[in-house]
Amino acid sequence: MDFSYSEEQQMLRDSIGKFISQDYDFDSRRAIVDSDTGYSMEHWKTFAELGWLTVPFKETDGGFGGSAVDLMVVMEEFGKGLLVEPFLANTVLAGTGLSEAANEQQKQTLLQPLMEGNLQLAFAFAEPQSRYQLADVQCSGQIEDNQIVINGHKAVVLNGEAADKLLVSVRTSGQTTERHGISLIVVDADSAGISHRAYTNVDGHRAADIWFDQVTVPVSNLLGEADKAIEIIEMVIDRAALAVCAEAVGAMQISLERTVEYTKIRKQFGVTLASFQALQHRMARMFMEVEQARSILLMAAMEMDRLDGRAPRALSAAKSRIGKAARKVGQESIQIHGGVGVTDELDVGHYFKRLTTIQYQFGSTDFHTARFAGS
Amino acid sequence: MNIDFSEQELAFQAEVRAFLQAELPAQTSEKVKQGLRPSKEQTVAWQKILHKKGWMAPNWPVEYGGTGWNSTQRFIWETERTAFGAPEVVAFGVKMVAPVIYTYGNEEQKQRFLPDIIQSNVWWCQGYSEPNAGSDLASLRTAAVQDGDDYVVNGTKTWTTLGQYADWIFCLVRTGGPDMKNQEAISFLLIDMKTPGITVSPIYLLDGTPEVNEVHFDNVRVPVTNRIGEENKGWTYAKYLLTHERTGTARVAGSKQRLTALKAKAANTGDGGQVLSENPAWQQKVAEVEIELLALEYTELRTLAAVSTGKAPGPESSMLKLIGTEVQQAIDELNVEMAGYYGLPFVPEQLDDDYDGLMIGPELAANSAPAYFNNRKATIYGGSNEIQTNIICKAILGL
Ligand SMILES: Cc1cc2nc3c(=O)[nH]c(=O)nc-3n(C[C@H](O)[C@H](O)[C@H](O)COP(=O)(O)OP(=O)(O)OC[C@H]3O[C@@H](n4cnc5c(N)ncnc54)[C@H](O)[C@@H]3O)c2cc1C
Repeated sequence: MDFSYSEEQQMLRDSIGKFISQDYDFDSRRAIVDSDTGYSMEHWKTFAELGWLTVPFKETDGGFGGSAVDLMVVMEEFGKGLLVEPFLANTVLAGTGLSEAANEQQKQTLLQPLMEGNLQLAFAFAEPQSRYQLADVQCSGQIEDNQIVINGHKAVVLNGEAADKLLVSVRTSGQTTERHGISLIVVDADSAGISHRAYTNVDGHRAADIWFDQVTVPVSNLLGEADKAIEIIEMVIDRAALAVCAEAVGAMQISLERTVEYTKIRKQFGVTLASFQALQHRMARMFMEVEQARSILLMAAMEMDRLDGRAPRALSAAKSRIGKAARKVGQESIQIHGGVGVTDELDVGHYFKRLTTIQYQFGSTDFHTARFAGS
Repeated sequence: MNIDFSEQELAFQAEVRAFLQAELPAQTSEKVKQGLRPSKEQTVAWQKILHKKGWMAPNWPVEYGGTGWNSTQRFIWETERTAFGAPEVVAFGVKMVAPVIYTYGNEEQKQRFLPDIIQSNVWWCQGYSEPNAGSDLASLRTAAVQDGDDYVVNGTKTWTTLGQYADWIFCLVRTGGPDMKNQEAISFLLIDMKTPGITVSPIYLLDGTPEVNEVHFDNVRVPVTNRIGEENKGWTYAKYLLTHERTGTARVAGSKQRLTALKAKAANTGDGGQVLSENPAWQQKVAEVEIELLALEYTELRTLAAVSTGKAPGPESSMLKLIGTEVQQAIDELNVEMAGYYGLPFVPEQLDDDYDGLMIGPELAANSAPAYFNNRKATIYGGSNEIQTNIICKAILGL
């Protein structure tokens, strides 16, 4: 047993940490969130140059190695800086889909440019009625004469506007919620029949609702086999869940640090807030939440790398526990800051927002608790 | 003991319902039901309707225009008002400064200020907190120095809710010398916001709205006649007001209405082929909040009953504030949870009255996360929940 990072993982962590502290302070981040695109193309290029966009991919595909532990290292650092560049949408969601299901040619045309930072992708899986059930797919894909005709509505697609191509889950056969009959299809974002409504999420990330109206693509755009995509989609979403768990751990750590620092400076009743035992105890509990979260995250990442089928259960344990911690740490950091905590001006509020949205992405705390119980 | 309404009370309930049915503007109630704040115009228009009916100030003594309702009638009013989605009246005038004016003000002040308050001609805001005086309010430093018939006021107030709308502000200012005890050095001043030297700058909250402000006073001249009661007795008046502020912050009726709406919505929220309202984990969570609220309802009724038989609302009001705000926040959170992925998009324009574009996500989802973020304030303002806990420790448990 060994819980230490490899030399490469340490270097990766340090280089991201350095980037965040030098180029990604709170004000620069705010400017990026407020910009037209919602992310910095320049930073994205830098990520590509530094090789960060290759992290979750196998060496045989030209990647860094593709372990879940590597991904965890990256996302935790991103979480500390509340990074809004579309790493999750591109590299984690779409990237995992490609790495698991793409054929050689698709890897060439999609995965390569993705790792080089020259292609923007989005993974469109959720629907207005589906909540967290990945097999609840109503968006239809009718296969006829070497073509697939897509109709339907995908909800809150991360990076949905900037994406050049969309990876879309569609029902090619069977009934809604049936596991069999779901396919993944690559669709050009500018295909005829696609319309979208883009917006910024409460956490600063960009997303869009996307409608497909008789959108036609060749059958060769299938990613993997027709009707059999559910397991790939589950793998993708579990990866994404692990990624946001790691992000949450990074964000929680900063929230805790900020809160402790603040209570040492802010005075009321002639003494620092830190001197009130009522608050001390609560910060101690926050600390324990972060530690428990970190532990279960490590467990899940390592289980995921064993590839022996135990990953989903481990992941659900992590997402459930980390969701609980994120909630507690986020809320307490606001409360202990008092009024300034609820303002837009201070960073803790923005950590709180991200810690909130993470609880409801890729399966909520309750969803994963139930999945754990049933597995 | 008896929890049934009497004949008379039932008749009153019918009257309240008929009034709300007939007079409450639909657009306003629509907004309230979505958890949005009505505009200034909508709020004032509604308050004027209330005044016309004579129901603007249930908390006032009858001689000044109060309704003379007993606690059961007030309870009925609150329940029906929230069920219909009528906005809460803005507290600063009618519920906060007015009781201080009619309790401690002189005749001239009562004549001058109370009619405009009950008629909603003047919007008031509360200038207590300062950047360095939050929980420790008595340490405030905004100074008022007498110069002839005026005080000259200098300093900064902060967190001033809706100060951007306000015509007048009631302030706690320091009139005593540096060697005096804080609590004995504070006066209660009414200040016209149009006086030269006042600047109001917005503070944006986590939902992106400028709900609060910083108010700067730079050599602002305020007639001494605008002081309520005696110089350096302001703290006593303010404390009196704070207990008033705390009763009613439990918002039991509002929480009940929101839970009802939430449950109805959950029955129409897809959950992977089923509906959310049938998900056992969800049911359990909602039930826990509902049970807490039920207990709180009776705690509040007990408190109100004690008040109506002559006791002043005491430190028990701390409990109402504390549990009431926790319940409110639990409901805020359930709304976010129900929205699922649709809790994420932030599309503020679709919350505007005149928005007629495409709606992203189902009803109640659009404002769920912003409302949750914003309402973290509830456990912070009006004396934070930690301060309320301290009050219970000291004043009730004698610790
Ligand atoms: C949205 C909003 C609207 C507001 N509107 C108004 C308004 O209209 N007018 C107005 O005058 N004020 C208003 N306030 C101010 C509000 O009353 C203060 O924010 C509140 O009193 C807390 O003060 P603070 O923010 O300075 O926090 P602090 O006093 O700095 O407290 C920070 C944290 O320390 C805790 N703490 C402090 N002392 C103790 C202690 N002794 N023991 C244990 N814990 C302690 C607090 O509970 C809190 O968690 C508003 C505030 C908000 C957020």
